[in-house]
This record gives sequence, structure tokens and C-alpha cells, in this order.
Amino acid sequence: MNSRLKANIINTTSIILIYIILVLLIRIGFINNYYEGILIEMGINIILAVSLNLATGYLGQLTLGHAGFMAIGAYTAAILSARMNLPDLPLLLVSIVLGGLLAAFFAFLMAIPVFRLRGDYLAILTLGFGEIIRVIILNMKITGGGKGLSGILPLTSFSTVYFITVITVTIFYTLINSRHGRAIISIREDEIAAEAVGISTKYYKTFAFTLAAFFAGVAGGLFAHHTLVLDPKDFNFIRSIEILIIVVLGGMGNLTGSVLAAIIITILPRLLMGFADWNMIIYSVLLIAMMLFKPGGLLEKREFSLNGLLSGKKKSQGNTPVKNEGSE
Amino acid sequence: MALLETKDLGIAFGGLRAVGDFNIKIDEKELVGLIGPNGAGKTTVFNLLTGVYLPTEGAIYFNGENIVGKKPFEIVEKGITRTFQNIRLFKDLSVLENVKIAFHHKMKYSIAAGIFRLNAYWKEEKEIEEKAMELLKLFDMQDAAYTTAKNLPYGQQRKLEIARALAADPKLLLLDEPAAGMNPQETKELMETIHFIRDKFKIAILLIEHDMSLVMGICERIIVIDYGMIIATGTPEEIKRNKKVIGAYLGE
Repeated sequence: MNSRLKANIINTTSIILIYIILVLLIRIGFINNYYEGILIEMGINIILAVSLNLATGYLGQLTLGHAGFMAIGAYTAAILSARMNLPDLPLLLVSIVLGGLLAAFFAFLMAIPVFRLRGDYLAILTLGFGEIIRVIILNMKITGGGKGLSGILPLTSFSTVYFITVITVTIFYTLINSRHGRAIISIREDEIAAEAVGISTKYYKTFAFTLAAFFAGVAGGLFAHHTLVLDPKDFNFIRSIEILIIVVLGGMGNLTGSVLAAIIITILPRLLMGFADWNMIIYSVLLIAMMLFKPGGLLEKREFSLNGLLSGKKKSQGNTPVKNEGSE
Repeated sequence: MALLETKDLGIAFGGLRAVGDFNIKIDEKELVGLIGPNGAGKTTVFNLLTGVYLPTEGAIYFNGENIVGKKPFEIVEKGITRTFQNIRLFKDLSVLENVKIAFHHKMKYSIAAGIFRLNAYWKEEKEIEEKAMELLKLFDMQDAAYTTAKNLPYGQQRKLEIARALAADPKLLLLDEPAAGMNPQETKELMETIHFIRDKFKIAILLIEHDMSLVMGICERIIVIDYGMIIATGTPEEIKRNKKVIGAYLGE
């Protein structure tokens, strides 16, 4: 009980401390508008990566339609926030949550046909669904079609993104370390064995997929109120692949890895501004190098734990190992 | 009333009738062997009983309830668990986690309680941790609790799979060739383990096995199948003398 309380205090304090430091740096102008934008994008990418990691890394189902759910969340939130009359913060929260819910609803509907398939077929089907969503958006009036949707209120700020990211990562962390998380991981490990020890694989696949879509929708909502202009091209399948690259780079089934990789992948294109055309090639080389030298991801099985660090223990806090360890 | 009773159970894959007219009764705490030549349909019977295959004919009564059409995980909840011929562990998880996962359907806390770590979460997780460790102790595996399952020696992997099946709290345990790939010493230990499980957990066990010394040594009753049909049932002594059985195994 006591150590639990201590751990909570340490974690909460450090989260707030980091926040204060960053806000101060923004206030004194050390972090200018441009860098603040990068920080916001980092947060959005972290939410996207962590949520995709649930479906792909923990549940073990390769899904390639994450950008589709992000698009649903983005457009829903943008359209709703323009039509509701609320103060800024509640307006943002209500619209992104509703965007997330709509994305989750579509994921829930898709889960039934999608999970009759496995492996490559599942990947292709989800890729198809993601593209369908994009094409529908492209052809609707309310979304502005190919012209895109503009005039979105600038509601996303560093603070909102920071806290929503922290909450998201925390939710995924605690979920993964509960009995429900174990059930999800067991499906990745061996679906037949999972069913044979009393786990409803259908229920947990649907749940994990829907939850992942919800947070993709939330990230989409934040994205919409940050970029202020939405174009269906932002959500093509390259975007889904980008999110997948973050997950693979960080390690399938490793939350810390996803967070770290999201930060790296957000900064990387900025550093390589002059080589914009080379982006995809650099990603590919990066991925191949990862597969060759660190197939388990950046951190392999290790999860970061501040408490573990402070008490000098080497033991990882999470019981969430990585599946992908290369060939045996 | 028998714990498990099948009535004219059968399954056909296309035109091939893999199992047919399969009638068995297993009482509580009974230890029954299911033997037969390769391809006789033994594993198919297991797959029928655990809901992996849907029978094309007949019925399965467990505790008096027809369980045909139930999903595998629902059948686990009713009280039938199994192991696999080719071991199916959660390979990249620790031994302890393998066992904990099998407690899942006995645990109650909700997804929200898990995410927000309410009291129910802490209480049940603590309980399950203790129960899992106790179970591992019974199998003398407590020292390997934090070992990754795939790094265990073969015999221990088999043991872990049995432990995991027991964690799901069965009334009937199905063991699919538990001694496959074991040396005589390991087989002997396994026989003792199976006996011990039955007495300690007071459950019925149905096991498929090719190792005759094991089957004859521990089973109270043996069912012999060939080409998907039961050709004999009886005590080990009766089976040894049965002409049909000798014919199926050795040829006329």
C-alpha cells in the first residue's frame, strides 16, 4: 500500500514537473512556436503509436487502417467543434471524445468481418477499409471533399496534448498490466491456447481493436485542431504505414518504445528537411537495420520505470514482454 | 449421473467420417485412457469435446447439459480443460503469467477497474498471484516462475501446460499425449504427477497416450478406437486380452 502510494506520488510529481519545465521554456521563448508545434505533433504521434501498438503489438493483429480511424476522429471533431457553442477547453474535449467514439463505433462494426481473417489477409482488409474511409470523406459535402476542410478552430494547445498523451499512455499501461491485458497478450501468443484456457478471443480482439480506434480518433481530433486544415490526403495509407513504422521501431508490445520512437520519428523529418524526397527511403533503411540488429525494437523487453530507476532496481516494472525476437 | 456422456457423437469432414457412433461415459474422479492406432481419431474426439470442432451428429452432455455448439472458451467455463499434443504455451511470457492467464475466467474485476486500478484489481491480482504460485509449487516449478516459458526444458513445458490447464479449474481434464517425447524416467514422474493431480484436485482425467506402460499403469478404464469407432472398452487387463485391440495394433 505504502510503496504503491509512493510510486503514484513520484510518477505524478515527475509528470507535473516536466510539464512545468516545458511550459516555462515556452513562456520565456526558448521553445518558439515552431518547436511547440513539433511537441504537439509528438504527442499526437505518441497517442497514435501507443494505440496501434495495442492492436498490432499486444493483440498481434497486423492492421493497416489506423489512419482511417484517425480521419474519422479528425473530421468528426472538426465539424462538431464548428457547430457547438462551448468554451474552448470543453469544446475541444467534447468534440475529440465524440470523434473518438465515432471511430470506435466504425471499428466495432468492422471487427466482425475483419477478424474472420488473419495475418496478411487481415492486413490487406484493414488497409482496404482505411482507404474506403478516405474515399468516402473525399466524396462527402460536409467534409469539404477534395478541397479539404478549413476554418477549424485552433483549440489544440501544448497543455491539452500533453495531458491527453499522459492519460492515454497511462490507460494503456494499466490496461496491459491487468487481467484484460493478459488476455489480449495471450491471443498474440497462441490464439488456440488462449481459447482453451477460457479466453473469449472474439471479445478481446473486438475490444482491443475498438479501443485502439477510439484513441486514433482522439489523436485525429487533436490533429485537426492543430493543423486547422484537413485534407483527405493526410490520411492515406502512407500515414498508416508511418504509424506502423513507429510501433515497429519502438518494438511490438513495448509502450516505452512506442513513445520514444514517436518522438524520434517526429523529429527526424525536421532534421532531414533538405532531403524530403528521401524520407521514405530513410524509413525503409531504418526498418531494415532494426530488423537486422535489434529485431525486438529499440528497447526489446525493457519498459521504463521511474520508480525502478530511483530505487536502483534493474527489474522491469511491466510484465509486458516483446513477441518479436527474431528467428529462434 | 455421469460427469461426461456422449451420445452417438460423430463428425464427418466432407465425405470422410472421422469419428462416428462415439458413446462414452466418464464419472467424476475417474481416470480413463483413450488409445488407438495413429489416425484413429483420438485428437478429433478431444477437439469435439472442447468445442474446436462442431460435431455433425450426436450430443455431448457435461453435468447433464448439452454442450454441443458452445465455443471452446465457454466449455472451459463449464469445466473441461485440455492440453495439446504439440505443446501450446504462451511462449514469450513467463511461467507465472502462463498460469495467471488461465485464472482469467475466474476473475471478476472489470476493464475499468483494471485501468483505474480500483481496489478489486489489487485484491484479485494479489489472490491470483498467490494461487498461481501455490499451483507452481505443487509442480515443483516455483523457482522457474519468472523464466520465459520457451526456455524451459521439454518435460517442464509439458508440466507447465498441465498446470495451466488445472489453473482454469476443470472438473474434467483432457490430456493429449502427455508423455510424448519424454524419456522413461520423465514418463514415470509424469504418471505420478497425473495420479497426484487426480487425488489432489478430485477431477476426472481422460488421456490419450501411446505409451502403453503409462496407460496400463494408471488408467482405471481404457477406451480403444480405430477408424473413428470404439472397438473396445474395459479395464487394462481386459483390453490387453481383447482380440480386436490386438488386431488393430498388431494386424491380424
